[in-house]
Formats: sequence, C-alpha cells, structure tokens
Amino acid sequence: MFLQQKAQEIRRETIRCIGKLGVGHIGGSLSLPEVLAVLYFDKMRIAPDNPQWEDRDRFVLSKGHGGPAVYAALALRGFFSLDWLDTLNRPETNLPSHCDMNRTPGVDMTTGSLGQGFSAAVGMAIAGQMDRRPCNIYTIIGDGESQEGQIWEAAMLAGNWHLDNLIAFTDYNKMQLDNYIEAENGLYPLEDKWRAFGWHVQSVDGHDVAAIAHAIDNAQKVKGHPSMIILDTIKGKGCYFCENQLASHNMSITQEMWETAVAMLDEEDA
Amino acid sequence: MELEKRWLRETYVDALIAAAKSDDRIVILEADLMKAAGTGRFQEAFPQRTINVGIAEANMIGCAAGMAAMGKIPFTHTFTPFTTRRVCDQVTLSVAYAGLNVKMMGSDPGVTAELNGGTHMSMEDIAIMRNIPGMTIFEPTDSAQLLSAFPQIVAHSGPVYIRLLRRNAVKIFDEGCPVQLGKGIRLRDGGDVTILCSGILVAEALEAAQLLEAEGIHADVINIHTVKPLDKELILESAARTGCVVTCENHSILNGLGSAVAECLCENHPVPLRRIGVKDHFGEVGSTEFLKEKYGMKAVHIASAARAAIAAKQ
Repeated sequence: MFLQQKAQEIRRETIRCIGKLGVGHIGGSLSLPEVLAVLYFDKMRIAPDNPQWEDRDRFVLSKGHGGPAVYAALALRGFFSLDWLDTLNRPETNLPSHCDMNRTPGVDMTTGSLGQGFSAAVGMAIAGQMDRRPCNIYTIIGDGESQEGQIWEAAMLAGNWHLDNLIAFTDYNKMQLDNYIEAENGLYPLEDKWRAFGWHVQSVDGHDVAAIAHAIDNAQKVKGHPSMIILDTIKGKGCYFCENQLASHNMSITQEMWETAVAMLDEEDA
Repeated sequence: MELEKRWLRETYVDALIAAAKSDDRIVILEADLMKAAGTGRFQEAFPQRTINVGIAEANMIGCAAGMAAMGKIPFTHTFTPFTTRRVCDQVTLSVAYAGLNVKMMGSDPGVTAELNGGTHMSMEDIAIMRNIPGMTIFEPTDSAQLLSAFPQIVAHSGPVYIRLLRRNAVKIFDEGCPVQLGKGIRLRDGGDVTILCSGILVAEALEAAQLLEAEGIHADVINIHTVKPLDKELILESAARTGCVVTCENHSILNGLGSAVAECLCENHPVPLRRIGVKDHFGEVGSTEFLKEKYGMKAVHIASAARAAIAAKQ
C-alpha cells in the first residue's frame, strides 16, 4: 500500500511538472512510477543526504527521456525539494529533459542518446564486480530503445561476464514515437532474446508494485547471470489524456488538462 | 635521424603497466585489437583489470564511461577511425558531455594504417575529436615524449584522445625530455618561417628545415603534440617573428592542426599560411613512405610550401 501510494505521488508530480511546462515526454514517463517507487522507496541502498556515497546502489535511466518521473521520485525521496520540479526544462534548471549526472543530485549517469546508458550500466557493474563493491546496478531501458544495436552489444557482454550485480528492466509499453513497436520493428519474442544472451528473465505487471518488488527479490538471489525484468506497462498510465495513446510520446498539455488529470488521481486516492 | 628499435606501442604498454602498478584505478578496455596494440602484456600483469568487449566499439566506450563513473580510469583502444567516427556519439555524450574521465587511445593514424587501406585510414579523427568540448588531443612524436607525457595523461581529469603510431617512430627526443600537455616544443630556432608539425611529420619538418637552411632560409620548427588545447601563445609568438607559417600533419588539412592554426592566426595575427597534409580525399593501400610521397607530405613538399609562404609575405 505504501509503495502504491508512492507510485501515485510520483505519477502526480510527473504530470504536474510536465503539465506546468506545457510540453514533454509524458507517455514514457508515466509507465515508470511503479518501478521507481519500488526502487527508490524499498530496494535501493541510497543516501539522499549523501548522493555520492561510494557504495550506494546505482540507477541508470537509459531511456533518458523519462527524466521527469525520476526527478519526481528523487524529490519525493528527499534528494532535493519538490519546488525543483517546477524548474523542469526551464533556463538554468538542474532538471533537464534528459538525465544529467552533473546537474541533478541522485542521477548516476547522463543519458538521452538511446542505447548508451545501458552500456554505462554494464560498465558500472563490471567495475562494481572488480572492486567487490556491495552494490547493485539498476537500469531501465525502453522497448523502442531495444532496437538500438548497442543494447545487444552490452547485453552480450553482461551475459558473458556473469554480471549478477546488474538488474535491468525493460519498460515494455509496446509503443514508440512513430508507431506500435510490433508494427515498426518488433521485439517479439523479447524474453527469448534476453535468455539467449545469458540473462535471467522475468516478466511482471509493470504497474503492480508487489510483483515488481518480488521480481527484484528474485533477481538479487540469482548468481552468475544478469537479470532482466520485463515490465508489462501502459504508456501514459493513469493520465486520462494520454493513457495508451500513441501521441503521448511528447505532447502539448494545457493547464486544464493537467489539473483535471491530477484531480482524477486525487479522487482515486480518496 | 634514426628509427627507434621498438615499436611505439611497446612504449605505450610499458607506460600503462608502470602507471597501473601505482594506481589501481587504471583499467583497459579493448575491442578485439589487443594483439594490434600489444596490450597482452598488460593483461598478463593485470588480468582482472583487462576487459576485452569483443568487436563492439560503441559498447566499449559506453562501458568505459560507466567504469569512470565508478571511479576507474579506463584506457580504451581501437584503430583511430573506430575510436572517433564510428563511436562519435558515444564519445561525445557518454564520455565528454557526461564529464567522465576516459582515455581513448587510437592506433594507426592517417597513412600509417598502410596495408589496411582506405577503410582503416582516419584522415578526420582529429577533426571529430577537436569539436568535442573538453577533449584533449595528444599525438606523441616518439617513445621518449610519450613516456614523459604519460603521467600527465593519467593525472589529467577529463577525456584524452591519444593518437598513437603503432610502429617505429623516428627518434627525436631524449629520454626524460620535458613535455607539457598543451605546450608546443621548439625544435629549431629560426626567423624566416614557422613550421608547426606533429606525429610522423615532425621528422619530415626537421629535414625540410635542413633543406631550407642550405638556401639560407632559417625555419622555426615547433612540435605541436597537443592539437587541443592549442598552444596559441607559442604559435603567435613565432608567427609574429617569422611572418609566415606552414603546418604539417598526417591528417586531412580540413579541421585538424592546419585549421586550428588558421583559426588562431586569422583571429589574432593574420600571416600567410600553407598547410601540408591530406588534401580532402580518402586514403588507400600503401606503405607510409609511398603515401607520404603521393599525398605531398615529404620534406621536399614542406620546403616548397615554406618557400611559397615566404613569397606570400611580400
């Protein structure tokens, strides 16, 4: 219940901050709140008052355009104040559209050019294994992002290096900017692909916090393989004007739209 | 002038091993070219700190960035075209934009790719790297210079591109020679023409200076081992004295040393300039000597360019 509540808070703040700006990557941000709630409020070993703590777990949002949802999670977790969210994408902000490790406390890798964050996460896992650091590396890739060749270069290496300190998620919301994934350049069978690359694979409802938490527990126990948790998600989830909408990748939002969406979430909670 | 007995890559690996002994942050990443770089000796000494990612250069750079984010000092290696144009976006964003401390060694620059031919010949690698903010570009002339500079490369916080000849260099410098990243080195003093040179063209430039000396022309020969940041102070000081400049590089004359110097001169002290290098065309199969001759990069060509630059002063 606590994690579900946190997920809703992340969702609400994400809609609010993109809405106030009037435009943004809202669809791909709103498929993330549940996994972010589980990571930031349960599973990750982090210290909001010491974001550079050496033995912290790392998190890389390889689909960097989901930044707003991560910022909402970081603010709610106490890395910075909620006021910061109002600066999203405004001049001199510390919260740019895509994640930037040099601007945002709690962001561990700069991402935005798809495919690259995943390689960095694999490099982090190699370094962690080399130094026997007691930390896990968590990373989220997009389903559309999985069309990048670099994802599979990194997947192959992680499997061959037996990086069991690496726990990855695919935000499998079935849509990309131009079209449905399967209509454009399909991923099916996605589980088989990851297994073939030497990964431990689970598929769960990406909007069920208990299922996600359970899958992470399983992944943490796996020895000798990196873990892929495929999150069955809905793009734009929980927001009336963009849920399951192809047009939600990057859209304009009026004040009335975001206020109504937030009010609807408040009503659901009440 | 004599060729060194050992290949420059051996000196590079010596320097890496020496640095890694005292700094456990140093790791190497390779993309199936360890035998070309000679880094097998590093692997023998530090098997746990050697990561061969296979033929996947983009992932190599990305992994190096991730390791740097964890506090490592990764040295990556592949041939020059593959560490620049092939992974331009990864170097730009995952390394430089992210501000991560990755050292990228590219081997076989320009015509020295020899029998690998046009596909492996980078005439534009400096051009690509020079446009990336925060990048340092260093091209060692010989083993003594590489050894002297190496601790600075390790100590420098930020990305460095090391443009490395793999084979025997012409010996120019003495062991323990002073070198400072970003500072040119005057090899010969003269007041008639400035010759700025890097890499394998340093020896050609010195030979050209001898040819010119026989005609009573005194060349000021300066080795620009670091194309970025450029030693503008030394270049302008020399240009003010000689009144004309020739640049010599084993790279396209577009956007490499020649262009960097042209920008510097035009903005500060315009003087006649001639550029020796690859004149906007692709490479091809051939020995280094054959290609230097064919592309107009020999001492005679440099001397000829110097005469033209001097004539343009009037």
